Amino acid sequence: MNAQPIHFKPSEGFRDRAKAVVDNPFLRQSFRGAMDFLMSKRAGQFPDVEELESLRTLGEQIRQYNLGKLPELLVRLEENLTRNGIQVHWAETPDEANEIILGICKRVDAKLMVKGKSMVSEEIELNHAAEAAGIGALESDMGEYIVQLAGEKPSHIIMPAIHKTKEEIAKLFHEKVPGVEYTDNVDALIQIGRKVLREKFLEADIGLSGVNFAIAETGTLCLVENEGNGRMCTTTPPIHVAITGIEKIVEQLSHVPPLLSLLTRSATGQNISTYFNMISSPRKPGEKDGPEEVHLVLLDNGRSQAYADEQLRKTLQCIRCGACMNHCPVYTRIGGHAYGTTYPGPIGKIISPHMLGLEATATMATASSLCGACGEVCPVKIPIPELLMRLREESFSAPHPNPAMRGQGAGYNGLVSFVWRAWATVYRSPMLYGLATWAGSRFSWLMPSSQGPWTTVRTPLKPAPKRLRDMLKERG
Amino acid sequence: MSSVQPATPHPTDIYFFATCVVDQFFPGAGMDAITLLERLGIRVHFPEEQTCCGQPAYTSGFPDEARKVAAHQLTLFPNDWPVVVPSGSCAGMMKHHYPTLFAADPARRAQAEALSARIYELTDFLVNLLDWQPQDTGGECTVVLHTSCSARREMGVHLTGRKLLGGLGKVTVAQQDHESECCGFGGTFSIKQPEISGAMVEDKVKALKATGAERVVSADCGCLMNILGHAAWKDAQEGRAQPSLPGEHIASFLLRRTAR
Amino acid sequence: MSARDRILAKLKAAPNLPKPEPDVAAWFAGHRPVENTADKVARFRKCIEFAHAEVHAVTAITWLPKLREVLAARQIDKLLVAEETPHGNAALDELPPQGIECSTYDMPIEAWKTEMFHATPASLTAARAAIAETGTLILWPDAKEPRLMSLVPPVHIVLLDSAKIYNTFYEATQAEGWKDSLPTNALLISGPSKTADIQVTLAYGAHGPKELIVLLMGDEQ
Repeated sequence: MNAQPIHFKPSEGFRDRAKAVVDNPFLRQSFRGAMDFLMSKRAGQFPDVEELESLRTLGEQIRQYNLGKLPELLVRLEENLTRNGIQVHWAETPDEANEIILGICKRVDAKLMVKGKSMVSEEIELNHAAEAAGIGALESDMGEYIVQLAGEKPSHIIMPAIHKTKEEIAKLFHEKVPGVEYTDNVDALIQIGRKVLREKFLEADIGLSGVNFAIAETGTLCLVENEGNGRMCTTTPPIHVAITGIEKIVEQLSHVPPLLSLLTRSATGQNISTYFNMISSPRKPGEKDGPEEVHLVLLDNGRSQAYADEQLRKTLQCIRCGACMNHCPVYTRIGGHAYGTTYPGPIGKIISPHMLGLEATATMATASSLCGACGEVCPVKIPIPELLMRLREESFSAPHPNPAMRGQGAGYNGLVSFVWRAWATVYRSPMLYGLATWAGSRFSWLMPSSQGPWTTVRTPLKPAPKRLRDMLKERG
Repeated sequence: MSSVQPATPHPTDIYFFATCVVDQFFPGAGMDAITLLERLGIRVHFPEEQTCCGQPAYTSGFPDEARKVAAHQLTLFPNDWPVVVPSGSCAGMMKHHYPTLFAADPARRAQAEALSARIYELTDFLVNLLDWQPQDTGGECTVVLHTSCSARREMGVHLTGRKLLGGLGKVTVAQQDHESECCGFGGTFSIKQPEISGAMVEDKVKALKATGAERVVSADCGCLMNILGHAAWKDAQEGRAQPSLPGEHIASFLLRRTAR
Repeated sequence: MSARDRILAKLKAAPNLPKPEPDVAAWFAGHRPVENTADKVARFRKCIEFAHAEVHAVTAITWLPKLREVLAARQIDKLLVAEETPHGNAALDELPPQGIECSTYDMPIEAWKTEMFHATPASLTAARAAIAETGTLILWPDAKEPRLMSLVPPVHIVLLDSAKIYNTFYEATQAEGWKDSLPTNALLISGPSKTADIQVTLAYGAHGPKELIVLLMGDEQ
């Protein structure tokens, strides 16, 4: 599949990619429409503000409690999964995770892996690695299938093909799926996908899935989905491999119902998804279906770095609902691809630096007006704007020893830092402030009519001829 | 949500923290806010040494510089009077971020917390502390209200501006599409990501104009600078001599509408 | 050191920030009133019908005729049932004489995968219980009634005892002591398979059943 090379730096060219979407009225309208739809669906699920706020507080408490015990819970999860017959693997890096998964494939001489929706598998670029190893990796979530067929990447974590119109998909199916006539009827298109993919479920040697919640006390993997492809991938092939980030763990089964409710209501405005699939073991003796082997790959990939810092740790509370992107005025303007990261939108801006290093992602943190819409809707109350400010600080401060994150200081610019220091010198001193603003008001005619980026779509800023303090003095 | 505090039901004295944007770019709005407060029987004290809340540096990732500037403001309000700020954004900085900013400095942290409790955004102060019921003296007029993201989400005072305007008998408050969406200002965001910020303000101005309102009012001059700056730029582009979307601070509008 | 040890070492080296245990029970007690059976039935129906499932009120006597009617309306003459279950056996006894062929899931899927995928138009299973809040069926597939019965056939018919409807998922897990007894696969099903991946337009029958039909036993409405 076409995809970005793994060591691609999302920061580079970000503004150009963003501009390309901003200047495309068609894409602008299509993201606006889709996000408006998702926002209103979510709002419909939370008519009672008190219920919403108390449930968000509970969600935050659950996630923080579990993160607080993360190392212990991972060990317990491993023990209980192993007891249940599920094999547990650990991967520090994407390469290690791919090696583990491809190792399983090679052991059974697998030809085809069908994949349920998994953002972590996107994160490790599993499709790339599988193709390189001669193993077919086929996406089976309708949106992911469309995106894969088009040689693209998902533009939204819940709605991967949200950037495509039905006409584009109709053309794609007609061109890429043998024997398919052009139709832009959505039902017909879905039935085409169903037919193609059902044959693949029959054929596949390996089913791959993500995990929404891993329950430590029971040794259970939980999956949320609407289509049924996740159930297909985890039931039909002889081997099921699940992959998850180490943070998706809860200690107790009782933690799941509130998180599930927050997840589906926030994500797509459904009171629950069509399927909630809880897997606690491979096929047991006497059972007639289900995989003979189940594996879980636990991936770090920078999460332990976020974990090491009390503030940055909050990033790991995320349950991947996508509400932050649905409500983000920046995401709405530029869509998911412009970010260049696996996870776009506000959550992408705060999680990607831990995966790719701040040196590759520093620009993303500046692409926010800090309007707070993301933090307001986050079902587990991640303070995203605060984290963005923290990332700005980590990026722009001079490199120092023992940084909290990889790439600290990557955005350091001596001149910019000097300007801010000078600014502080002036603004902490009433005398210097008085002088500077007095000069500004008297010589405002000297203000240039072109003020860089500000005046591309705005009139120039001009200080008023008299400051408020002058007016007050005159008034006496 | 709003900061209703029973401690001082009808204050007689307040400090006015104008903000650097009002001081330098919208002094008329500051004057109008002060005049309005005085008309309501309040003695307004303007500490001459005030400069800026420090937010520009804070949100840009330079907390040390923000701290230096904020530390200076901490010293300006010795009496236990409310501090009224004609901006949700700067009020939010002082109320919610000062305590965090001085977390590692116990003495200043205590000062910051004490100050935080006294910070009021102007419309919040008018509604919830003064319980002001404005008497409309103007003619029929339609306005549209833009509430800043900080006022809405950080200060939780998005209802107070609406309430004040709603109390004006002959003023109709139009409802814009995507009312709660950011105008795209975001301080240095507008400079660092001008394409995205530009797209946001373009959409915002379109939505405001589409209501057919005669003017936009807002309690935040940062947003006004952005919104009116774009509207004027668009007018110039399209050769209009008259502003298609005039606007002003809500204090100016309220003062004029309630003049005796 | 293994990846496991390295990851755990990094996590353990991080500051230990224990957080208070969340009180899930209190939240549900305060926000989800316990309803009587009639209310639960009504809520369950409303929710699952909203999700495009078809619900028929039946009794111990009328469920088989209703099942036949449902199949006839779709011109389906073949039904996959689970032998060794009371409802499966009842179907096996009653339906074939009325022209509906009943197949059974009597061997591992590997032996008949193609037939399951290509020649099984409908299935009948029971639900273990249900959830009123979200209009959800709870299934615990087992050796008698395996997992794919509720996934592969385009029409899935479910028999549900209305006395087994819980208010919430939380209540179901607590009342039934799930944490000590989870099966290989526990499932919540809240409608037919669907997707909105093309232009946020809802389409049913993405990969699983296109139709979900609930025979709600004991509902007197």
